[in-house]
Amino acid sequence: MSHLLDTPNLTDHDGFYAELLAAHKGLSEPESHALNAQLVLILANHIGDRQVLSEALVLARKV
Amino acid sequence: MPYDYQPFPYVAPPGLSRPEPRHRVVIVGAGPIGLAMALELANHGVESVIIDDNDVVSVGSRAICWSKRSLEILDRLGVGERAVEKGVTWKVGRTFHRDAEVFNFDLLPEEGHKMPAFVNLQQYYVEQYLVEAVQANDLIDLRFKNKVTGIEQNADFARVEVETPDGTYSLEAEYLIACDGARSPVRGMMGLEFDGELFEERFLIADIEMKADTPPERWFWFEPTFHTGQSALLHKQPDNIYRIDLQLGWDADPEEERKPEHVIPRIEKVVGHSDFKLDWVSVYTFQCRRLQRFVHDRVIFVGDSAHVVSPFGARGGNGGLQDVDNLGWKLAAVLEGSAETVLLETYDTERIHGTDENIMNSSRSTKFMTPADGAERLFRDQVLALAAKAPFARSWVNSGRLSIPCVYPSHGNDDPAMPRASRPGTVAPDAPLGNDWLLSQLGGRLVLLVLGAELDNIDGAEIIRPEVTDTIRRRYLGSEQRAIYLIRPDQVVAARWPYTDKTAIERAIADIWRGA
Repeated sequence: MSHLLDTPNLTDHDGFYAELLAAHKGLSEPESHALNAQLVLILANHIGDRQVLSEALVLARKV
Repeated sequence: MPYDYQPFPYVAPPGLSRPEPRHRVVIVGAGPIGLAMALELANHGVESVIIDDNDVVSVGSRAICWSKRSLEILDRLGVGERAVEKGVTWKVGRTFHRDAEVFNFDLLPEEGHKMPAFVNLQQYYVEQYLVEAVQANDLIDLRFKNKVTGIEQNADFARVEVETPDGTYSLEAEYLIACDGARSPVRGMMGLEFDGELFEERFLIADIEMKADTPPERWFWFEPTFHTGQSALLHKQPDNIYRIDLQLGWDADPEEERKPEHVIPRIEKVVGHSDFKLDWVSVYTFQCRRLQRFVHDRVIFVGDSAHVVSPFGARGGNGGLQDVDNLGWKLAAVLEGSAETVLLETYDTERIHGTDENIMNSSRSTKFMTPADGAERLFRDQVLALAAKAPFARSWVNSGRLSIPCVYPSHGNDDPAMPRASRPGTVAPDAPLGNDWLLSQLGGRLVLLVLGAELDNIDGAEIIRPEVTDTIRRRYLGSEQRAIYLIRPDQVVAARWPYTDKTAIERAIADIWRGA
């Protein structure tokens, strides 16, 4: 078990951001939601650490 | 062949002509849980009276999936082998999305257990077998057509008013056990209410008789083409009876949906032909609710009267039998005076722990099967979509997580080098012992299971020294060379040691009876 990183960890973040937008290109809003949902599930499985995932949910809900 | 319902004879109870002496235990309800409760108490030498307002076994198959633990409990009550012999043994479940299989599970991939993972057997058969065992038992007085109409609690006993075809009488008992089902009249008369969730969903449930050559497996469909956008479940039962559950949606009218002219076309679409007979139909909603406490002084709630869960996890009837398993030895000890009433508090805490696990699992399955609009439906649909292309998502598809016994919280001594599957709080795993089985040898007593270790006799515990076979080594020793297991009368591991002394064992035994 480890903790969620909320400091920079991805070197080519601008590249990933562009790729994320490109993946959504041409999708309707429901299709975009579906893609995002699948991404969350795929990444959650890849991370494979319940503690990290719980902390990520808390961070995402924080306003 | 559909079941041949035979009414049980009503006999005028003695209490109609003269007051009966106070009984030790009165059990309300002769369903599987009430009957099992009486047999379990009788195994511990406790007499009981069972009263039931009806005189026939359950109409319709109702609880059909009996788990390995339930079969082990039924075996101790004398009807387990009969249930396995008559029932359809299964262990594989397959889940489909539309018409493709997305996930399957094997509930008992290993050998060396007396009882299988699951047996499908209509509730009426289980009740019939239990009634026969009860009627052959001198310690149990089973009274049909005896209906409770009132209840009153006193400092050290409970009194019920009972209505029979010949008039009314009253019964007193040191303890009254309410096994009178989800709509428990006893619960109502005591003004107690369930807390929890009611899901806005309706399912049609039907037993049909047909000749088919399907394997003994559980099949569950999400959005099948034969029942667009909804869920469906198929279970095989004995006598060529199949159970079909179909999701209807919250707007469905239960009275209309129950009519054969609506049911038959739906079933025809499932099985693809009309060569079947409708045996029983019901419509139900999903609930996951429980009483705040199961023990109310001299009245104790067991089974559906204490808690209800949505189906698809087989956690209703099986959860009730686990209540029986937990309560029997404790109540017997309290009645005998060998334990203080505080021991009954551990029935409350342990079974609430088990119930909350059942409710959690059932609620999760229900949310997956019948997601609310919005995020619930979005994620459910995307798990199903992912399951078709990524192996990890297959096990996320939740068509029910089937009943296994909970692990009770335990302070008993543990040794991490021994297997987790037999740690304190778990039900002792079965293993073959020559021509017999370990769980049969444990029976319903307090046992010290001594494996390759030295131990002198200890008061208050039976010592069993089986041969350390490979299976026993794997299930009980792990990387240790020797072990002493202290096992409660409900076959739950209380403590285990690689080395220990008489004092530590005696202290652990005292802790069991103190409910520590």
